[in-house]
Amino acid sequence: MGAFHAHEAEALAARYPDVFARSLRSRLTGWLIAAGIVAYFLFAWWFFSIGQVLANGNWGIAGIYMADWVSYEVRPDIEFRDNHLEISFPRFSPLGENPDPAWLVEKRAIVEIRPEEKGSVLTGAASPSGGFLGNLGGNEDTADESFLGALGGGQPNMRRTDEVSSETVLKTRREEAVVEASVSFGSGNRVDVFPERVEVTRGGEMLILDIVRDDRVEVRGPLPAWASQREPGAKVFVYFGFSGRAEIGNDEVTVRRRFLGWENFVFDTRSPFWGRPAGEVISLIVSGERLDPERSNAALAWNNFLNNAEWQHGDVWLKLLQTIVMAFAGTVLATLVAFPLSFAAARNISPNRVGNFVLKRFFDFLRSVDMLIWALFFTRGFGPGPLAGISAIFFTDTGTFGKLYSEALENIDEKQREGVRSVGAAPVSVQRYGVVPQVLPVFLSQSLYFWESNTRSATIIGAVGAGGIGLKLWEAMRTNTDWENVAYMVLLILLVVFVFDNISSALRRRLIGAEPGQH
Amino acid sequence: MSVTSPVLSTAGRTIEAHWQELAVRRRLYTIGGILFMVLAMGGSFWFANESNAGKFFDRLPHVFDFIGQLVPRDGLELWRALFDLPSPYDDGSLKYNYPEGRVYVTESAYIPEYIYKMLETINIALVSTLIGFGIGFVLCFLAASNLTTRRWLRFFVRRFMEVLRAFPEIVIAGFFLAVLSLGAIPAIMAVSIHTIGALGKLFFEVVENADMRAEEGLRAAGANWVERVWFAIVPQVLPNFLSYALLRLEINVRASTIIGAVGGGGIGEALRLSISRAHEAKTLAIVLLLFCTIVAVDQFSAWLRRRLVGNQAFEFGG
Repeated sequence: MGAFHAHEAEALAARYPDVFARSLRSRLTGWLIAAGIVAYFLFAWWFFSIGQVLANGNWGIAGIYMADWVSYEVRPDIEFRDNHLEISFPRFSPLGENPDPAWLVEKRAIVEIRPEEKGSVLTGAASPSGGFLGNLGGNEDTADESFLGALGGGQPNMRRTDEVSSETVLKTRREEAVVEASVSFGSGNRVDVFPERVEVTRGGEMLILDIVRDDRVEVRGPLPAWASQREPGAKVFVYFGFSGRAEIGNDEVTVRRRFLGWENFVFDTRSPFWGRPAGEVISLIVSGERLDPERSNAALAWNNFLNNAEWQHGDVWLKLLQTIVMAFAGTVLATLVAFPLSFAAARNISPNRVGNFVLKRFFDFLRSVDMLIWALFFTRGFGPGPLAGISAIFFTDTGTFGKLYSEALENIDEKQREGVRSVGAAPVSVQRYGVVPQVLPVFLSQSLYFWESNTRSATIIGAVGAGGIGLKLWEAMRTNTDWENVAYMVLLILLVVFVFDNISSALRRRLIGAEPGQH
Repeated sequence: MSVTSPVLSTAGRTIEAHWQELAVRRRLYTIGGILFMVLAMGGSFWFANESNAGKFFDRLPHVFDFIGQLVPRDGLELWRALFDLPSPYDDGSLKYNYPEGRVYVTESAYIPEYIYKMLETINIALVSTLIGFGIGFVLCFLAASNLTTRRWLRFFVRRFMEVLRAFPEIVIAGFFLAVLSLGAIPAIMAVSIHTIGALGKLFFEVVENADMRAEEGLRAAGANWVERVWFAIVPQVLPNFLSYALLRLEINVRASTIIGAVGGGGIGEALRLSISRAHEAKTLAIVLLLFCTIVAVDQFSAWLRRRLVGNQAFEFGG
């Protein structure tokens, strides 16, 4: 084989001009289509004002929402007092009633606690002049003895003056209190809180903030990249990536410490089993003494698990079952109704042209009035719940199955029918033995396919009120705080869809033989 | 007609007994299957009825009341609602304020509200189908066993597409609704992500059934992977790809309507609001508009598909 020369290529090109020199039109078509698509995308960009919406999007919060899927936050507040600190957790903290986490180290000491109200008694006389100046920056707890403090206190202090002055002047107490709190954010990063200053350490860098209580936060030195402050004196935000962040204000430090995992997934904090290691729970259930004298530990554990306030396992499962039932009952019912109707609609089986036409348009109508419209109507009719969902799936799919089945019937092999008819069988027997064996596997396979896809549809129409997990999912998303519950429900849905997908394709394979692409 | 039955030999009797045994077993299976289905359906309906807000038999006489509630005050109301014309019944309430919501293109020419919203929904479907087509097109060659020899890559791409397909659309929409606030973009994201998975799966099955001789020819001439795919496989599969994409477009028009109803904008939202507020003329106008659009899109896509691939039958749905 010799070399292929340029002049040979030219000779070939001259011999087959239609291959090598395509017409301008066929060369341009591809480019024109591409240009059209680009132009359309530009139009869509303008039509939906995508640029603007994306720019206005709250992307910072997107990261937090994503993290919420697989993790949870614990949010202690550390308030500054005169010479000590007060640590509080929100009421429904994932750590239970009396949290004492290892990552929050407190140092206690005996301190003199001056009552907070003292200032208002002394400065009460001056406060009327402060009234019209308004609240210059302090809040009710302002306990400064200076004249300015009274100005800052403003209206609230005046009222208190009357209450307190009737009593005796409060005395200072000596009590044990927190004088130093250290919040660890893992790998050496931490926030150390003292009554008059906060030290933040991250990756070897250290940021020291001086707190002028109820007035300002002062930063010593330059702010590192992981901290931010809107204006001098304002709150300082420090970020530790996934492990959390802290807001350091002039009255308190708000800590958001994030941990990987789903908190209290099995038992919530009210359960007597909460906080016990798995082995202990199992031994309690198997052979422990009754925690609740009225029922066995197993029943109690099961009840506590189902009624977990945070995860609502029982309710979620019930709603999931509703969705499954919606898809199943709707599809089966549609199959049963569409089966006889499709025989009447098929041209080769019932010779009535008007009947064929009317039925086929009826199928088109059912199918084209969207599942959404049916779902909204039936939600009005039956009230929210799975009945509305079943009806919506039933109506839409009767249309779809009617169309698919009658098309399949019109494509059958006529020879079998003729054979059955030639031996003198009755019309019903002709259909039963001449037609049904041919189409039944196809019908069932189509129904199975739709069963599986309806499981997904049922989730969506649930959100408009047709019952099932869709509504629950939608409600969880609306709160914007329960993304871990969303993740849980999504996992359950994925699991159900996966299982049904496999059941349906296994059954279909048995019905109509191997399918391509099922590996 | 009488057939004389000869006396069976021992072998014949064995065969007959065996056949009868088979028939009995078949009948048992059939009866068992029917019984199972009846029980499952009965249980399903009982459960659905128990957990529904209204009970089936209490509500049944009233279910179709909505048809009565949908009758407008006169026949022209429907057209007034559809084309945003002023209504003689206008009393300042939301029910008859048709002219509000007109989208003015010039000083005097306007697009009626619902038609504009319908266009929005169609555009959502179109944009997401195009995005899904583009990304599904790239992914499908990586998932096809005849083009990608690396098992792990194929496995990974296929599982990825499966997750995209099975992930509930409403969650994607809800997530982006929380980030971007109400609007069409969450709907576009949700529908396109599902479309990537659904089209990708159909596409790689088409690719796996492609004729490999053209590819072998190019391989012999020393073409690289991209050239082989682009010149040998794509021309074969493109008509099928486009046809699947058109089918997907039909489905996406419906899907974007539904996503619209849960906050994604477009006609779905308008429909949900007007049904819940019992605005009869508006509801009818939207249902009519939606019905006509879906029929039109279906017909257009069926016509185009016939032109592309002839009368080839396709698996339906998605």
